[in-house]
Amino acid sequence: MTPLLFLLTAAAGGIGAALRFVLDGVIRSRFPAFPIGTLVINVSGSFVLGLVTSFALGDVLPPEALTVLGVGLLGGFTTFSTASFETVRLIGDRRYGAALAVGVGMLIASVLAAALGLWLGSLL
Amino acid sequence: MAEARPAWANWPLVGMVFIGGSLGTATRAAFTLVIPPADGFPATIMGINLAGALLLGALLEALSRRGADAGTRRRIRLLLGTGFLGGFTTYSALATDSVLLLAGSPALALLNALGTLVLGAIATWLGIVLAARVDRRRAHR
Repeated sequence: MTPLLFLLTAAAGGIGAALRFVLDGVIRSRFPAFPIGTLVINVSGSFVLGLVTSFALGDVLPPEALTVLGVGLLGGFTTFSTASFETVRLIGDRRYGAALAVGVGMLIASVLAAALGLWLGSLL
Repeated sequence: MAEARPAWANWPLVGMVFIGGSLGTATRAAFTLVIPPADGFPATIMGINLAGALLLGALLEALSRRGADAGTRRRIRLLLGTGFLGGFTTYSALATDSVLLLAGSPALALLNALGTLVLGAIATWLGIVLAARVDRRRAHR
């Protein structure tokens, strides 16, 4: 990886993280009762990464674009640590059903979204 | 009054998340370059997500034990938690890698997805417990 590509990837990750922060704040202010910000972010980011990966596998996008958009932008946008923390906090509050929904539900929804993105990208 | 504005519309705070997120993403990219996936299994991303989960659990527990989420504590949370550890860990690669693994080995795909989820929850809990223990020791002094 060239130093320029590395810097672009890092900056794209910063933009992704800032987008996540703003989007989570907007969702939180609209739907204060439901902690769905991280869910929306991880599912939508997984869909777009599936799409971008499919484009790169099909030579529609150069591998450098996959690095900046996939490793950088979408890697920084989506997050595992916050998702895991929210799940563990629900377990701590003895809300086991909600913990299962947030933990396993987000995983299944994200895997399905990534598969949909990979499939749609291969059609285009 | 800057405080009346929500944090996500406060540009200096968004900037802290950007800086932390850039450094976290750079650290993740550096790890995956130094330790490439072996036999197609994304063990590096798995390790990053587990380490990040443990560190976020410890960070948020340590901060909440020191007082309300405001001022310097909030800036540290946004720089290191939302920014660095948020950018260091990733969910989209976990989802996409699991789908790509499915074609070759459904067992490895399941190990990647469910293994990260379960071990991640244990790592988060461990981080919380460790930070609580350190904080109690601090309070006893």
